[in-house]
Amino acid sequence: MSDAMLRPTPGQTVGPFFGYALPYERGNELVEPGTPGAVRLHGRVLDGAGRPVPDAMLELWQADPSGAVVQRSGAIWRDGTFTGWGRAATDREGGWWFRTLEPGPTTPSPSGPRRPAMFAVAVFARGLTDRLFTRIYLPDDGGPDRAAALAADPLLAALEPERRATLMATREPDGSLGFDVRLQGEGETVFLDLGKGTPGHAVPDPLSDSAHGIVRGSAAGPPSDPLELADPSGAVVTPPVEPVETTPPVALRQAQDPLGETRA
Amino acid sequence: MSIHDPQAPPEVRLDAETESQADLTKEIRAIHRAYRDARTGDVDAAGPEETGPVRDFAPYRSSLLRHPTKDLHHADPETIELFSPVFGERDIGPLEADLTVQHGGEPIGERIVVAGRVVDGAGRPVRGQLVEVWQANAGGRYLHKRDQHPAPIDPNFTGVGRVLTDDDGWYRFTTIKPGPYPWKNHVNAWRPAHIHFSLFGTDFTQRTVTQMYFPGDPLFALDPIYQSIRDPRARDRLVAVYDHALTTHEWATGYRWDIVLSGSSRTWTEPEDGDE
Repeated sequence: MSDAMLRPTPGQTVGPFFGYALPYERGNELVEPGTPGAVRLHGRVLDGAGRPVPDAMLELWQADPSGAVVQRSGAIWRDGTFTGWGRAATDREGGWWFRTLEPGPTTPSPSGPRRPAMFAVAVFARGLTDRLFTRIYLPDDGGPDRAAALAADPLLAALEPERRATLMATREPDGSLGFDVRLQGEGETVFLDLGKGTPGHAVPDPLSDSAHGIVRGSAAGPPSDPLELADPSGAVVTPPVEPVETTPPVALRQAQDPLGETRA
Repeated sequence: MSIHDPQAPPEVRLDAETESQADLTKEIRAIHRAYRDARTGDVDAAGPEETGPVRDFAPYRSSLLRHPTKDLHHADPETIELFSPVFGERDIGPLEADLTVQHGGEPIGERIVVAGRVVDGAGRPVRGQLVEVWQANAGGRYLHKRDQHPAPIDPNFTGVGRVLTDDDGWYRFTTIKPGPYPWKNHVNAWRPAHIHFSLFGTDFTQRTVTQMYFPGDPLFALDPIYQSIRDPRARDRLVAVYDHALTTHEWATGYRWDIVLSGSSRTWTEPEDGDE
C-alpha cells in the first residue's frame, strides 16, 4: 500500500450493546432445517481465563459446496436462498452455532491447485478493540483430495502443529463441526492479518466470474437448492433477477417492547 | 465479564470501585507518549503509522482477558475473502434509515442527519453495501436489557438503523443526537456521545465495526475506548464534522462523516486513480 492510498477509518469495539441491533432472526441459519447436506457448525468463544464470552458475535462467509462464491442478496431476508453469509451472537455460555452447507474447495487460478475448504470468520466482542479475522478449515475426513489440499495450504503449512490445530474444525460423532474461538492464552486461536497482498502471490482477478464460478443474481423466487446452482464446471451461473416485491418490516425485532426489554 | 466480577482471576480483578479517572488518564498518556516518542526519533526505526486501535490496551479493562497476545499471522487472502456478501433492497426496510419514525411518536432530542461516503483506500465508492448503526437515545440510554444507566427510556426511539449505500457510496441516516453515558470501567467513567457503525466493503477483509463521534466532545481525552487508537490522526478520523449543507431548514442539523475502508487487497496491483 503506497502513501497515495487513503488512510482507513479505524475500527472500534462492538461494545456491550450490539445485541439488540446486529443479530437478527435466523441470522445464523444459512439453510433451512432438513436441507440436504446441512451441517451444524458450533462452538464457544472463550477468554484468556478459559471463561465463556457471552457478548461476542461471529460472522461466517463461505463458498457454496462446489467452491463457488455466492453473490446473491437475501442474507437478512432469509427466504431460503443460500447467500453464504451468516451472523451469530454468543449465548450466556459463550456458545454459538450456524446451520449451513460445507463449502467446497476454491481454486485461486484456473490451472492452480485447489485450496482446502474453509469458512472465513470475523469475530467481534466487548473488550476486543477491533474485529478479528480467522478461518475454520474442514477436517481431514473428506477423502484424499481434501487431505492433499490441507497439506499443501500455505497458511496451514506455515504454522506449528499446535497453532495449526486451532484453525481446524473437529468432526463430532453426530456429524456436526465443532470449533472454539480462544481469544487469549493456551490454545489461542490464530487470528489473521489479511491486509496486504504479497508480490509474487497470484491475486485472482475479481472481475472475472469464470475464474471462480461466481454465482450472481438476487433471485427472490422460490427457495432453490444451492447444490444445483453452482455449475461444477466453474462457469458463471446467473439466476434470473426478479423484481423485489416484498419489503421486510422495520428492524425492531428485538425491541418491540422497550419497557419489557429493560425490565428483563 | 465485568472487571469487578468476584470470579475474575486476581490479576484482572481491578478495583473499578476506587480507580479514578486521574489514574486512568495517566495510564493512557503514558501509552500514547511511548508511541509518540518512538515516532519522533529515528524515522527509519519508527514503526509504521498506526491506523487502528491497539489490541492490548489495558486502560480499557474489558480487553485484559480478551485480546490475543500473539501477533496476527499474515496470510494472503483466499478467494472467498476477496468478496463480500451481497445485500439488496429486500434485506432492509424503507424506514430503517430514519430512526425517528420507527414508533408512533417523535423521539425526544436534537434531530440530526448523519451522512457521508463509504470509499475504499483508493477513494472508489463502495456501492450498494450494507451500513448498520445503533446508538443510545438523547439521554444516553440504550434500549438493551443490560444497560442499567438510570436515564429515561424513550418509547419512541429504538436507536437501530440500516441502509444501503448508493451508487456513489453515500449513506444517510436521520436520527437523534445520542447522549454520553456512564459505564463501569472505573469511577466516574463516561463515554463520549457516539453512534456505532457496522460496515462492509467489496472484500471480506474490509469488514469493520467502529464508532462515530461528535466534534469537540470534552470526554475524548478521558475515554479509554476512543484512546485505544494511539495515533491522533487516526482518532480524528472517527469524528464527524458539522456540515451546514446537510442541515435542513427548521428540521435537523447535519453531520458529515466519510468512511475509508482499508485498501482492497484484490485491487492492490491496480493504478490508484480515484484519490479524492
